[in-house]
Order: sequence, then structure tokens, then C-alpha cells
Amino acid sequence: MKLKQLSPTDLRERLCDAGIWLRTGPFSLRICSSIPSVAEGLTDLYGQFEVRDQRDSFADFHVSVNSPSLLRRWIRPQVDFVFDGQLPFKPLPLDQAYPMLEWGLNWCVSMHAHQYLIIHAAVVEKNGRAAILPAPPGSGKSTLTAALILSGWRLLSDELTLIDRKTGLIHPLPRPVSLKNQSIPVIRAFSGDKAFINRPSHDTAKGTVAHMRPPKESVRRQHEPAQPAWVIFPEWVAGAATELAPRSAAQTFMFLAQNAFNYSHLGADGFRVGTQLIGQVDCYDFAYSQLDEAVRAFDQLADTPPQLRAV
Amino acid sequence: MRQANFLLARTLRTPDMTTRFSLTQWDLLVRQARQAGLLARLQDRLSQQALLETIPQPVRWHFDAAATLAHKQQIAVRWELGQIRAALDGLDCPLVVLKGAAYVAANLPAASGRLFNDIDILVPRRLLNQAEAALMLAGWNATGLSPYDERYYRRWMHEIPPMQHLHRATVIDVHHAILPDTARYFPDPQKLLSRIVPAGDDMPGVYVLSAEDRILHSATHLFHDGELPHGLRDLTDLDLLLRHESAAPHFWPRLMARADELQLGRSLFYALRYAQHFLDTPVPAKVWEDLRSVTPGRIVMRLMDSIYSRSLAPAHASCNDTFSPLARQAAYIRAHWLRMPAYLLIPHLFHKAFISPYLDNNTPKPA
Repeated sequence: MKLKQLSPTDLRERLCDAGIWLRTGPFSLRICSSIPSVAEGLTDLYGQFEVRDQRDSFADFHVSVNSPSLLRRWIRPQVDFVFDGQLPFKPLPLDQAYPMLEWGLNWCVSMHAHQYLIIHAAVVEKNGRAAILPAPPGSGKSTLTAALILSGWRLLSDELTLIDRKTGLIHPLPRPVSLKNQSIPVIRAFSGDKAFINRPSHDTAKGTVAHMRPPKESVRRQHEPAQPAWVIFPEWVAGAATELAPRSAAQTFMFLAQNAFNYSHLGADGFRVGTQLIGQVDCYDFAYSQLDEAVRAFDQLADTPPQLRAV
Repeated sequence: MRQANFLLARTLRTPDMTTRFSLTQWDLLVRQARQAGLLARLQDRLSQQALLETIPQPVRWHFDAAATLAHKQQIAVRWELGQIRAALDGLDCPLVVLKGAAYVAANLPAASGRLFNDIDILVPRRLLNQAEAALMLAGWNATGLSPYDERYYRRWMHEIPPMQHLHRATVIDVHHAILPDTARYFPDPQKLLSRIVPAGDDMPGVYVLSAEDRILHSATHLFHDGELPHGLRDLTDLDLLLRHESAAPHFWPRLMARADELQLGRSLFYALRYAQHFLDTPVPAKVWEDLRSVTPGRIVMRLMDSIYSRSLAPAHASCNDTFSPLARQAAYIRAHWLRMPAYLLIPHLFHKAFISPYLDNNTPKPA
């Protein structure tokens, strides 16, 4: 059953009671929350995802977003993210309940799923080949990701690139795309009415934050891994011409290692998986100012047949 | 006292029951083991019994991931011990490692699946300042404690405030004794240092406490440190140490004599009692007889059982009952009660309850 087949009342009741069981990529989640905006966010953004009755199944992560106390329901209302009894974060204002769930889920994956090398990067796929987009915050990574997936690329993840340590393939985790500040109107304008972006939360640690619903096709194919083909560092520069410039593989490796959540946890195997990845991809710096031109450049890359690599 | 009945304890006692587990039971087992910090150790246990194949495919990665982390930490601990040894090279004393890091250094079964928050070392008190200075020169610095905590450590504790490395963020606890000076019982650190043994050929210059002293330290730690989130993990340490050492000739008489000498008989009694309660640790009948002089009366015993059967269980909702929060509070207070006299304890607990929470700034905001 898909989440959108649940009536809003049914969803709210389940969230308040035993929780809903949801499958996102390789992970099963059990989510509990009595906060209306969390139910609303899930309805808006997770409609295409598979749900189950949690009573008879295993869940990787048992999470909840709720008020810390009765008092905090009414006076300066706050919410806590709870991972099976643990509180990894300080409470946030009620208005940020939905983004807190998304951040909390990112934390769950990045702190535990060491069967993957987990790189802090967006990742999209076309024609069977995946482009990893690592970049510091503010470089326009999420905006570009959103534009690409609105233009026929498949969303694998906007935040966590999961590289299978056994196969070297990238496993999709196509959860909603987080958009910040100026990105929100930019993507609304770019998409016409194709994109659904939920109600923004204001004054978070990252400014104004909203989430874009992942494309239906990306969710349908969420169990289909992809071959890494490119590592591309996007940078939005006002007025810049679109330019794709080759980049040193060694420097790229160092950047990925530093921006992986669990590179050091994996020890020697982290190095092996990282070098294997770098051996399979072309590395680029990518400057752009116009989203449609950027998408065209990416499409061109995807349409160029892969060259045989000298080993 | 009936043996502990929650799923993790039952599984640790009889691992082959996993062959009959439903997915719902696996769900609960993983959650309890994660909360107790025992996922990797449980994986090791299942692996030794050739039971890894009983873990259903969707559950398996949780164990493998925990084992990956534990493996990495053991390598890191060994490497870090080399760095600490080099930093303390000029000091006129051997490097003595305690607890988890000692089990790793000495290649003991108790190292299995062990996760680490810090490395504990023991330094003679007269060399404490020199040791601290040497570690600072090598990059370990005082962590950001509140002035109250800093003062508390320096004045009353058996260790100085934890030191954290600037680049690697590893934490060292430098001890000058295993219990505070103010504790009811104060095992003389000189006695412990007089019996240290080399950790092993692959760890030159690194020493650990003697087998009996390691066990007594582990037992004492359970009740004096109030570090209850790790209660069950620490009990499994003790269980593994005992099962390993008790094969040696005359082990139990030596242990009892040493407990007596160090005034730790009562702690040993409780530790054995709860190891048996949770983990079915084998203890000969003769030992219980010999411990009679330190066995408390019936009423005290029942009170202690009701406290520790709850507070040493994992802090997971499924292992709690109505009295668990109270029991944890009681165990915390008792740990402090054993560590200092009332005139110090009462102001300290007052500060911890009503003043520290408002100064706490350590929990991160999500990013």
C-alpha cells in the first residue's frame, strides 16, 4: 500500500498510535508523531512511498517527533527528535517539526549505515550513469539537483550518497529534496507548476527551509542501484558562463574522504572503496548561473557515450 | 532472584534461541542491543556459535555495521596507545592502561566487540602533573568543563578532567587511583601498581593490571561510577573476564584474597550476583560461601536487587518498568554515596540537579 492511499485521519491516527512503517531506499522506518505538521509533511511529500502495518515487521530506525513535555505544547512550543529513546539533538521550535524529522533521518542513516561509504553529496542518474554532486553548503547543490530531477534525471539522493562497499554501486535514497532560502522561489519559477514544494519553515539554523516532493519515477525505482560515472562540483556564480572543467582525481578523492560521514570508521576499506570509486568516474568543476543552461550541459554529458578507460 | 527476563539478556545467555526468532523479536533485540552498546559484542557471540546465518537478511547490516565500527576502534585504540606511550616516554613510570583499552592491549576476550568513548590510564599521583603536561605537549587538552566540574575533578576525584586530542578528538582519562580518596573503601593505588603485567609482545612498554585486579576494578566500577547507560555492557566485560581467567589454577582463592586485601569484597559480591542474574556467569558454590562475611542482610539484599536488576538493564523502554526511573536514580545516588561522605555529597547532588542543567550547552543542534 502507498502512503497516499491512507486517509489523512487514518494517517494521523496511526502516527499518534503505533506509528507508520515506511520504506525509503534500503531503509525501513517507523515514524511516530502527534504533531499535525509532520502528518501534513508526510502526506505532501511521501505519498508515493510504500507503507505497512508496523506491528508485524522489522524497522531499521524507530523515530518520533513530539513535544518534550506538556508545558512545551503550549508555552513557546518545541519538538524533540527521538531515535528509539535517544535524543541526538536539542529541541527545536514547533514550526521546524517537519524539517527536524528529515534532519533526524539523515542523522540516523549517516551514524549507522556503515555497510555503505556515505558521502555528503547529492546524486542523480541518467542513462544508467550517476553524477555525484559534493559541494559545500551555499554552492547551489540542492538547487541544481532539484532542477535536474525536474528535467528527467532520476533522484538518488539530495544529501547522502550511499556507496555499497561490496559492489561499488550507488544505492538510491530518494527522500524529499531540501531547498533553502532563495532556492525556493528559484525552483518554483524554474518548474512552472511541475514541482510540489511544501510549506516553508522559517528561521531555522539554515534559514528558511522547504522540501520538494521526489519525482514519482525516482520513488518507483528506489531499489535500483546505479553505476557512478561523474563527480561534479557545482558552483553557482552570478553572471558566470556555464563551464565544465576537468579536475584532479587525487584532490577529488581527498575532498570526498573529508566529506564522507564514515570514511574513517571504515578504516582501510574506506580507502579501497574511495579509490575504486575515483577510478570509475570523471571529475569536473562546474560553474553556472542559468539553471536551464546547466541542465543542458548535464544532458550533453549523459548523452556522450562513456569512453573506454585505460586501466 | 529470578534471572533477567528481557530479550537481550536471554539471548546473551542462550544465543541459540535466535534460530526461532520472528522478525518482531529481531527488531526488539537490535533495539535493546543498540541501546546497551552491545550490537558488536552480540555479533561476535553469534559468530562464535556459528549462528550468524540465523540473522534475517534485513537485520544483518545492523550487526555488520556495529562490528565494522568496533573493529576500527580496536585498531585506533592500539595506535593511540602507541601515541600515549610516546608522549609519556620521559616519565619515570610504566604506562598502565585500564578497562576497555587494557582488554584490547592484552588481547583478552573481553575486547570482543567493545566500543570506546575514551582510553583510561593510571599514573602514580606524584607524577600526575608531569603526565598532564606531557600529554598537553603531545596535543591533548582539557575538555570544556564548567568551572564547577573542573574544581570537582581536581579536588575530589581519582582522575583529572578528561583530555581530548586537538586533531583526532580522542579522549584520555588520566587516573591516579581507581576510586576517589573520599570513597568508603580506598584500594591503595600502590598495591595495584606493584602487580602490573606487560600487555603483550605486540604492545611493548604498555602494562595492564593483574588478572585479579582487572576483575576487581571492573566490579568496583559498576557500582561506583554511576555510568549506568553502560551497565549491562560493563557486566558483559566482567562476565568475559571471569570466564577467561577462571580456567587458571587457584583463580578463585586468589581473587578472594585480593578482594579482601583491597577492601573490595562487597563490590565483588554484588558484581558476581548481578553477572549471574543477567548473564548466567558461572560462580562456584564455594565462592558464595567464602563471600558470606560480606553478604548483606535479607532486607538490604532485596532492596539492592530491586535497584540493580533494573538499573543495570539497558535504558530501553522495553526493559523498563514503573520503578526503573526510581531505581536508576537510586543507583546513581548510591554510586555517589560510596564515593564521598554526606557533607560533600549533598551539595554536589544539589548542584547537579538544580544548577548544572542550566549551564549545559553540550548537546548539539541538528544540522
